[in-house]
Amino acid sequence: MQTKRMTFSSKWLPYALLAPQVIITLIFFIWPSFQALRQSVYRQGDAFGIRPPTFVWFENFQALFRDDLYLNSLKTTFIFSVGTTILSMGVALLFAVMVNRMIRSRDTYTTFLVWPYAIAPAIAGVLWWFIFNPTLGILPYILDMVGYDWNHRRNGNDAMIMVIIASAWRQISYNFLFFLAGLQSIPQSLIEAAAIDGAKRMKRFWTIVFPLLSPITFFLMVVNIVYAMFDTFGVIHATTEGGPSQATTILVYKVYRDGFVNLNFGSSAAQSVILMGIVIVLTVIQFRYIERRVNY
Amino acid sequence: MVDNNRWGNFFAHLVLIVGVAIVVFPVYVAIIASTHPPGTFVRGVMPLLPGPNAWENYRTVITEGRSRAGTPPIGGMMWNSFIMAMSITIGKLSISIISAFAIVYFRFPGRIFFFWIIFLTLMLPVEVRIVPTFQVVADFGMLNSFAGLSIPLIASATATFLFRQFFMTVPEELMEAARVDGAGPMKFFKDILLPLSITNIAALFVIMFIYGWNQYLWPLLITTDPEYYTIVMGIQRMVTGGDSEPLWHLVMATVVLAALPPVLVILFMQRLFVKGLTETEK
Repeated sequence: MQTKRMTFSSKWLPYALLAPQVIITLIFFIWPSFQALRQSVYRQGDAFGIRPPTFVWFENFQALFRDDLYLNSLKTTFIFSVGTTILSMGVALLFAVMVNRMIRSRDTYTTFLVWPYAIAPAIAGVLWWFIFNPTLGILPYILDMVGYDWNHRRNGNDAMIMVIIASAWRQISYNFLFFLAGLQSIPQSLIEAAAIDGAKRMKRFWTIVFPLLSPITFFLMVVNIVYAMFDTFGVIHATTEGGPSQATTILVYKVYRDGFVNLNFGSSAAQSVILMGIVIVLTVIQFRYIERRVNY
Repeated sequence: MVDNNRWGNFFAHLVLIVGVAIVVFPVYVAIIASTHPPGTFVRGVMPLLPGPNAWENYRTVITEGRSRAGTPPIGGMMWNSFIMAMSITIGKLSISIISAFAIVYFRFPGRIFFFWIIFLTLMLPVEVRIVPTFQVVADFGMLNSFAGLSIPLIASATATFLFRQFFMTVPEELMEAARVDGAGPMKFFKDILLPLSITNIAALFVIMFIYGWNQYLWPLLITTDPEYYTIVMGIQRMVTGGDSEPLWHLVMATVVLAALPPVLVILFMQRLFVKGLTETEK
């Protein structure tokens, strides 16, 4: 790793400068993660200290993968993340392509499209929860007219659709900004050359623009999956609370509930460890992408 | 130009206007709902035109809160959110900039090791290790305090990376000149590096402020005392704290107030926001 050619020399100063960051990292990141690892291989003792915690190897993990609720939550998380990612990226790409055509109105549209990013996931959840409210929401009212009886309190699919829309809504801004930046960096000459060769608009988009956007698309995919898996806790917790009957219990919500509500620390710790594994894989993928982008 | 097609442009505007309308719709509904008296929500569909009760509703949430559900007045919660967001932002920026300075401008044993320790934080979001982190904070007696709300969230790999990237682009000559003139490391940092980093600091400030203000899970765990409730988690208490339907007119007034500060920050500092967003995530 590089430094400057010429550096300052001091025996203690660099350590003093790094100290605050490193101490906070050790206390609040490394140590708790180590604790999670440790708790994940123990069965917890009882509350009165009669039965001490016992070392059980991988029993907590085995129990998880035998547990239908956990397997179901894995499936729910998968559907939720893929749904959120596709919806928000698709809509954002459409907006970015349209805004990129504009010259005078580009900044106005951009302003209207970026601010949802400022809204906290929990608030985004509450907003859509209100719109989808079965008794007074506007969307169930419209759906009722076409004969669909919307009720996210009873119907798991309805609840899933609602949390996906709420989570995707907020993320559109983010994806939009990256797609727009990507589109603006594509040389106009390439598109004009294709037009001279007689390629129609749709063909130009799918054969030139979209392939050139693929690095950004890939990057956004990873970022969106990370967002859907970890940052959407607020959407779920403030609205459906994982229900109805577990239909929206994503992994992060389950870790929270098993740890803080059901007080099952062993299982919660094992789930934490699995989630850490997932984040590490996603982060590594993301960084490999960055290296590639820097190199070409 | 290839794109000069009148119908195409008309169609693009149409898509965008409908798109913007859909994106804005949830907030429009919230603003409208916050101006109605409670009676509106008892019968039928939510209103789509403003009602007469705006002043009354906002006064109620700001000064009284909803005591039945245990939510304190909004004023206090907004203040808590502000303190938390500012502590997180300033904390993150200051510890990141000095650690980036140490990593770029010094050569010392263990440099790579420390760099990796900081890097690891990127892989351990608070959501995946909530139970043990909560235990650590509880052991330190930091529950129900601003220290507990902000310090555990202060470490930041992204900010450290961004500053490192930026410092690498600062010309070598500046430092050589400073050294020739007899400036020590801290003087160089204060008089040369810091002023050069102002735009980066400002861009990160916008991103971090939004991040801090929108914290949800962490304050939910750390605060049991309504004195320390932040506004984003307070809304959750308002919608679930009671068996009946939420009092939508008050909930929506709170939602509008909770969303206002970060939205204003983005609208007024859009350029910095875009810069911060696109550069931190690389």
